[in-house]
Amino acid sequence: MGLLSKKDAQLITDPLADNNPITIQVLGICSALAITAELKASLVMAISVLFVLGLGNVVISLMRNIIPSKIRIIVQLIVVAALVIIVDLVLKAFAYELSKTLSVFVGLIITNCIIMGRFEAFALGNGPWKSFLDGIGNAVGYGVILIIVGFFRELFGSGTLFGIPVLGDPIAKTGLYAIGYENNGFMIMPPMALIVVGIIIWIQRTKNKALIED
Amino acid sequence: MENRTDKNSYTILFAIGMVLVVGALLAFAASFLKPNIDENKRLEKQQNILYAMGVNENDESNANFVSTADAPELFKKYIEKQLVIQGADVVEDKEAYLIDVKKEQTNAKAGNERKLPLFVGKKDNKTFYIAPIRGKGLWDAIWAYVAMDKNMVVQGVFFDHKGETAGLGANINKRFFMDDFIGEDLKNNGTFKGIDVAKGNADPLNKDKSDNEVDAIAGATITGNGVSAMLKSELKLYVPYFETLKN
Repeated sequence: MGLLSKKDAQLITDPLADNNPITIQVLGICSALAITAELKASLVMAISVLFVLGLGNVVISLMRNIIPSKIRIIVQLIVVAALVIIVDLVLKAFAYELSKTLSVFVGLIITNCIIMGRFEAFALGNGPWKSFLDGIGNAVGYGVILIIVGFFRELFGSGTLFGIPVLGDPIAKTGLYAIGYENNGFMIMPPMALIVVGIIIWIQRTKNKALIED
Repeated sequence: MENRTDKNSYTILFAIGMVLVVGALLAFAASFLKPNIDENKRLEKQQNILYAMGVNENDESNANFVSTADAPELFKKYIEKQLVIQGADVVEDKEAYLIDVKKEQTNAKAGNERKLPLFVGKKDNKTFYIAPIRGKGLWDAIWAYVAMDKNMVVQGVFFDHKGETAGLGANINKRFFMDDFIGEDLKNNGTFKGIDVAKGNADPLNKDKSDNEVDAIAGATITGNGVSAMLKSELKLYVPYFETLKN
């Protein structure tokens, strides 16, 4: 018997593959397209969402019995926005460099449909611990896809990973570029993110036939 | 108790309570952290200005500022004069770097004469004139510190942005883009022309420094246009001052 019961463990593992928020639920696509041109941005976004979704799910779950159902969506939105703004302020005061990297994502985190989706679908009906696990699971599932997409887009689009050249220097023509390789500029455009996500979905459904819908 | 939360009165009270609690929490956090945030912003300005005049810790390909700990001292050492230009008046002001360009732009729109800060720095016997400017990118504000010599030839530049697209427009603060501006002449045959961030110019390695063009970033057309427009409209305001330097 591990730390988690089997049911609890499923809350984390399910969203990683068979119920992945991006590839199966098709949520959070907007941010997946917007910020995955670089691996570093993907990672920062993944960590931010992990934090906000984990904490937000717990807060909403604690409030679930007192939230009036008529205005629950707005209440969820306020909780997310307040959390993100507080995190942003704290970073600005104590980790200014990091906050500059993150400030671009603040708006994207607040409007990320995965966060609202999990609040609405899970945290409103479950206890704080379960909600926390569900938040972590979904955020990791989201982050994994973001990082995979970011990896391929940065590698083929710019020839770098985390900003470090891995295929040689395109201007001085060293490494792979010496034998005629060129960066594919189309990879850093948002449409390619959609195509990469599409390919991931395709591969995932070939492996797991149960996911195919009629 | 099932109906309790469905009542209109409860809903309204809950909404009011929620707004008060969250509002108070945010206001408290913002005012509590404000001194730290302001200090960080002040140091960042000093770092940006120093960066433009070449006082930085750049390694091979990355743009690095001097450390925040060293910034105030280096700022004192390298920046000789801080000027505020307002029409024909030029006055010295030791805190000109704290002038908020955004506020001045709004002020100017209301018909007031704009205060233009300009920093005069000296390094290795070369004099730099550094102008802080501000414009619009694709999503949000972009701004720059442009270091020029007295003939308005760019000596160094630092661009930054609030929320341009990561991997595309956000790259205006990367060296491969900023370094292209060094040596570019803002004038063309003596008249102010600005520098265009141009797509499809025939000079991607940027060897021609008098063509008033640098190579654009692929996929960042609107951010690039914003940079061109900002340089053109904002630095133009400094031209009368630079004319006086000729004598």
